[in-house]
Amino acid sequence: MKALDVSQTVLKAESQGLNFFYGQAQALHDLSLPVYDRCVTALIGPSGCGKTTYLRCFNRMHDLYPGNRYEGAVILYPDRVNIVGPEVDPIEVRMRIGMVFQKPNPFPKSIYENVAYGMRIRGVSSKTELDMVVERALQEAALWGEVKDRLQASAMNLSGGQQQRLCIARALATSPELLLFDEPTSALDPTATSRIEELVTELKQKVAIVIVTHNMQQAARVSDHTAFMYEGRLVEFDRTEKMFTNPSVKLTEDYVTGRFG
Amino acid sequence: MRLKNGIARYIKSTALQRRIMRRKGLDRFFAFEGLFVMGVALLVLFALVGQLAADGAGRLSWQFLTSFPSRFPAQAGILTAWIGTLLVMLLTALTAIPLGIGAAIYLEEYAAKSWLTEVIEINIANLAGVPSIVYGLMALGLLVYELHLGQSFLTAGLTLGMLILPMIIIATREAIRSVPPAVREAAYALGATKWQTVRDHVLPYSMGGILTGMILALSRAVGETAPLITVGALSFIAFLPHPPWQAEFPFVSFEWLFDPFTVMPIQMFNWVSRPQEEFHVNAAAAGLILLAMSLAMNAVAIVIRARFRKRIHW
Repeated sequence: MKALDVSQTVLKAESQGLNFFYGQAQALHDLSLPVYDRCVTALIGPSGCGKTTYLRCFNRMHDLYPGNRYEGAVILYPDRVNIVGPEVDPIEVRMRIGMVFQKPNPFPKSIYENVAYGMRIRGVSSKTELDMVVERALQEAALWGEVKDRLQASAMNLSGGQQQRLCIARALATSPELLLFDEPTSALDPTATSRIEELVTELKQKVAIVIVTHNMQQAARVSDHTAFMYEGRLVEFDRTEKMFTNPSVKLTEDYVTGRFG
Repeated sequence: MRLKNGIARYIKSTALQRRIMRRKGLDRFFAFEGLFVMGVALLVLFALVGQLAADGAGRLSWQFLTSFPSRFPAQAGILTAWIGTLLVMLLTALTAIPLGIGAAIYLEEYAAKSWLTEVIEINIANLAGVPSIVYGLMALGLLVYELHLGQSFLTAGLTLGMLILPMIIIATREAIRSVPPAVREAAYALGATKWQTVRDHVLPYSMGGILTGMILALSRAVGETAPLITVGALSFIAFLPHPPWQAEFPFVSFEWLFDPFTVMPIQMFNWVSRPQEEFHVNAAAAGLILLAMSLAMNAVAIVIRARFRKRIHW
C-alpha cells in the first residue's frame, strides 16, 4: 500500500497486523490501518468482508461471546495502549470508545435515563451534573430541541431516526475519544439518514470517527479517508476523494463503480 | 375456438371454486371444533366450582375462618389451616425465589457454555417434572431425619421451596432470554460491567416474566398435599404457632419456625376422609377458600405484569 500524505493529521488509533478468529475461522487477515483524529474513516466493502468484525475489535465487543480471539495489535493514541491486548480490560476500552449500532437500540427507559446511563455507571449521581451532561449530549446529537419538553417520556416512543440520534447522544454523553458507527443509517429513511450524516460531519470536530457503511455515496459524502475491504483483508486505504476518483487497485475501482458487490 | 376457451375457463373456475369451498369448509370445521372443545373445558371447570360452591357455600362464615378444628363439624374451622398456608407460602417464597433467580442469572449471564452447564440445564428441566411425593421423601430423609428440623413450618417451607425451585429457575431463564441481545450490547458498549448490565437492564426488563413465573410456581405449591403429608403435617392442630414477635429485644421471634404445621389442602384431605357428611361440607367450604386464595395470587400476578409491561415496551 502506498504511503499517504497525512502530515497535517494526528493518529488516533492504528491496527497493526490484526488477525481475528471466530473459533477456528479466521475473519480478519493482517489488517493494518490508521484512524486519524478529528477525521471520519469509512470502511466499505461487500457483505461479509469483515467491516463490522473489524469495527467491533475497537471496543472489544467480540469479548462478549466465547471462542473469539485477536492476534496483532490495535494501538490507541496518545497513550499507545494495545486495545486488543489480553492484559487490557475491555471495560476500560469501552469507557474510552463509544459505539452506535446498526439498529437503534435505546434502553426501554426514559430519554433522560438513556443519555445519563453512561455517566451513572461511572458513579456520577449528582442531579445537576447529570442534567448538564444530558443537555450537552442531546444538543450535540441535534435532538435537544425535539425532546427537551419530554425528557421523562419513554425512548421507545421516538421515531427510528430520533432513536438513532438518542443512541448517538448516549454514546457522546461520556465524551469518548473515538466513536464507532456500524451502518448507523441502514434502518432509517432518507430524511433521517441525511440528518445522521450531517451529524457525523459535525461530530468530527471533536472526536475521531470510524463508520462502516454499505452505501458508497454515504462514504463519499461523510468521510475523509476510506478503507476498502474484501474477504477479511484490506485492499486499499486512501483519502476518500482519491478512492472514489482514482483508486490504485483495480478491485477498488470495480467496487466503487458498482461493477460488483 | 372461442366457445371452447370459454367452456374450459368455466370448468376451471368451478373446479377452483370447489377447492376453495372445501378449504373454507375445513376452516369453519376447525373453528367450530375449537369452540366446542373450549366449551367442554369451561363446562367441566364450572361444574367443579359449582359443585364445590353448592356443597360448601352455606358453611362459609366468620366462625369457620376463626375456629380451630374440632370433633364437632359445626364448630370446626380452618384458622390453623389458612394461617399455616400463609406461613408456609412465605417460607417457600423466601427460600425458592432468591435461589431460583440467582441460579437463573448465573446460568444465563455468567456461566460459560460447557458440557457441565448442559448437564445442569437438562437436570433442572427434569427436576421440574419429578413427582412431588419424591420431594416429600427426600425432605423427610434430609430435613427431618438428617438435619432434625422436625415436622415443622421450616421443614414444610423448605420442602415446597425445593419443589418449585426448578420451575422458578426455568421461568426466570425464559424471561431473561427474552431481553434482546442488542440491549445488552448497548449497555456493554457504554462500559457497563456484567453485574451493572444485569442489575440495570436484564433484570428490570424481564421482571414481568419473572414475577409471573414465581406466582405460578407458588400457586402450584399452595395446593400441594402429598409432600407435606410425607414430612409429617398434622391434621388436627388446636393451637396457633408462636407469634413472630416478642416483647423483649430483639422483638422478632423465630420459634414459630419449629412449631408443628398444617395447611389448607391437608385440612381438606382430613375432612374428606371422615365418614360424617357434615365434614365433607366443611371440606368443600375450605376448598372454596383455597380457590379464592389461589385466584387472589393470580390476580396479583396479572396486576404486577401489567404494571411492568406499561413501563417497558419494546
